[in-house]
Amino acid sequence: MSATVHHPEAAKEFVANSERMQWHDMALWFVRNKRDLQAAKTPEWEYLRELAAEIKAHTQANLDVYLEEFERQAAARGAVVHWAADAAEHNEIVLGILQKNGVQRIVKSKSMLTEECHLNPFLEAHGVEVIDSDLGERIIQMRNEPPSHIVLPAIHLKKEDVGNTFHQHLGIPPHISDPKVLTEVARGHLRRKFLDAQAGITGVNFAIAETGAVVVCTNEGNADLGASLPPIHIACMGIEKLIARQEDLGVFTRLLARSATGQPITTYTSHFQGPKPGGQFHIVLVDNGRTGIRDSDQFREALNCIRCGACMNTCPVYRRSGGHSYAAVVPGPIGSVLSPAADAKQHHSLPFACSLCGSCTDVCPVKIPLHHQLLAWRQEIARLGHLPASKRLSMKAASFLFSHPRLYSIVGSLGRLALRMTPRWLLYNRLNPWGIEREMPPAPRASFRKWYDRERARQNPLPVVSSSSQQNMETQP
Amino acid sequence: MRVGLFVPCYIDQLYPDVAISTLEVLEQFGVQVHFPNAQTCCGQPMANTGCADQAAPMARRMIEIFHSFDYVVCPSGSCTAMVTHHYGHFFHTKGRDAYEKLRKKTYEFTQFVAEFLRPERFDIPFPHRVGLHQSCHGLRELRLGQCSERMLETRDLAGELLSKVPGLTLVKPTRVDECCGFGGTFAVAEADVSVAMGQSRIEDHLQAGAEVVTAGDMSCLMHLQGLLERQKQPLRVMHLAQILAGRPKDINVSTRGSS
Ligand code: SF4
Repeated sequence: MSATVHHPEAAKEFVANSERMQWHDMALWFVRNKRDLQAAKTPEWEYLRELAAEIKAHTQANLDVYLEEFERQAAARGAVVHWAADAAEHNEIVLGILQKNGVQRIVKSKSMLTEECHLNPFLEAHGVEVIDSDLGERIIQMRNEPPSHIVLPAIHLKKEDVGNTFHQHLGIPPHISDPKVLTEVARGHLRRKFLDAQAGITGVNFAIAETGAVVVCTNEGNADLGASLPPIHIACMGIEKLIARQEDLGVFTRLLARSATGQPITTYTSHFQGPKPGGQFHIVLVDNGRTGIRDSDQFREALNCIRCGACMNTCPVYRRSGGHSYAAVVPGPIGSVLSPAADAKQHHSLPFACSLCGSCTDVCPVKIPLHHQLLAWRQEIARLGHLPASKRLSMKAASFLFSHPRLYSIVGSLGRLALRMTPRWLLYNRLNPWGIEREMPPAPRASFRKWYDRERARQNPLPVVSSSSQQNMETQP
Repeated sequence: MRVGLFVPCYIDQLYPDVAISTLEVLEQFGVQVHFPNAQTCCGQPMANTGCADQAAPMARRMIEIFHSFDYVVCPSGSCTAMVTHHYGHFFHTKGRDAYEKLRKKTYEFTQFVAEFLRPERFDIPFPHRVGLHQSCHGLRELRLGQCSERMLETRDLAGELLSKVPGLTLVKPTRVDECCGFGGTFAVAEADVSVAMGQSRIEDHLQAGAEVVTAGDMSCLMHLQGLLERQKQPLRVMHLAQILAGRPKDINVSTRGSS
């Protein structure tokens, strides 16, 4: 639906503001550190990760069976279960429930799924007031911005920005940046919205087939208020949120909070089973491309994701380019895997917004081989023909060159010669992105193969290379 | 024991002394080292760009070139990992056994030294404060050291080797294994982010008091060197093999020579 996004361009502005970029980097690194401390305190950490991945693999392999079991169990406890093949169906279902009950005002707790389906603008276009009740989400909702992180949606903003936003939208005096004051302001504002709401929408962290329960984890308690105060609760979930048994839930709750924010557990872990007396409880199960991912051997494990955000916190690119540079519902490593699955052309640059450091793979609590999947996406994107011609052709040329050692050797010598002879102004310009802020590598007169040929290959007695002969070899003219 | 030296293309062309140092260290331990000169590149740049079809012939060449050696040793974690961890799908149908042989006998330099040569100590002192940059592929693919994300204890091979160099003081950056931002074509395609990442590694090593940053991968160091030289920072880069081979005692001599 949107235009093709080129991550390096989209990142430019964020990186250029180096003070803010460094602050963003530090803030997220701090969360990553808290996660490390918690993980280190859990002796069975790596075992839990393995177990979590296996439970997810098992559930996905038998997803049809467990989904039906879930529907039966949930219905038996009075929930109404809806099935949506895609985002449009999901939105229609939600709107249908609201219209049938004459609902005009709703509160919503954080749900990446409803972001993915663009539910807010859809409902608003139909005259429904939607208030995001997670503090971070409420702030960006006022600013009309998408979240820049899946757990910390307003992490790109400083407290001064929040003060400004509240000044503009809630009429507080200007220049207030005390987090305590701002929180109180938000609390008063949201409390009124909670009391006014006629329905509450929540996301779902886990759904349990065995019991038909959905589990929602938050720190602010906003999901609980939204689900309990109004008479109608609609829980929206992707079908991958399912796990088979109640007893497996602990594996995930132990991993989730520790990975997400470095807390041993989220403040609220709420289990919802059936409606409250006289109320309604709807569960909307959404596919929206998930079955396709499940059926792909390369990317299946991406459905393990419990949306903890740890891969974002650890990603050295994300921390420095900011969540908005991905121009995707989910940013960071997992977003760069999921987004091309939705639209490979639009998001073709995301799998390349990665240095392949692999930190995400090791941090992920459900063992998604993220950097391997990013690499696999690069191949997919090349195969689909979305690779820029410059990359495609240069790799073809390189492959040819590297298949012909003599030619490679000659071209290498010429290249080094050119590097030595080219005047600075010609070498360092906008056409050479390496050289904008970096010197080019040294261009020694002889390659290693030349040296070897001279010194070793002919079985000469092996001279010890003194540092002076070493110097000669690398001396520039 | 016949060892085939696998020299990454950029080391061959731009940092010959890294390969010479590798050769010298191995020879000091009596290892017979050969450099088969038909080798060029392992195919990583193509593979990481998504061009598997262009990388596949490189993988097939590697098998041919090194088939007669007992071991293959490479002074780069990244290029070693390419061979040992990323060639598999090129040989799904054909040449599986030949690839298995190559995979099993291919070692990254520090891995080979620590596992087979097991030095007690190195003779040539290096009286400097050294920061170790853990290159990502050495760390997270080959597991040559403790990854800060993983709660499994792992031997730190580079650290162990450096601790055997007389006079050398290892200093620790606050982020012990953050990526430097090189990432192959990433360094050019995402130049802004790449530079920001490298900058932050440099500052971290400087505040730790390092005079030299070393690593098992010259590609990371090439990127850092580019930044350091542009900014004329008092920090220099050396490949691990260069330190172990007793490279210049006067570390203020630039790798570019007498300039
Ligand atoms: S991919 Fe893994 S680390 Fe990233 S958000 Fe999902 S569960 Fe967390």
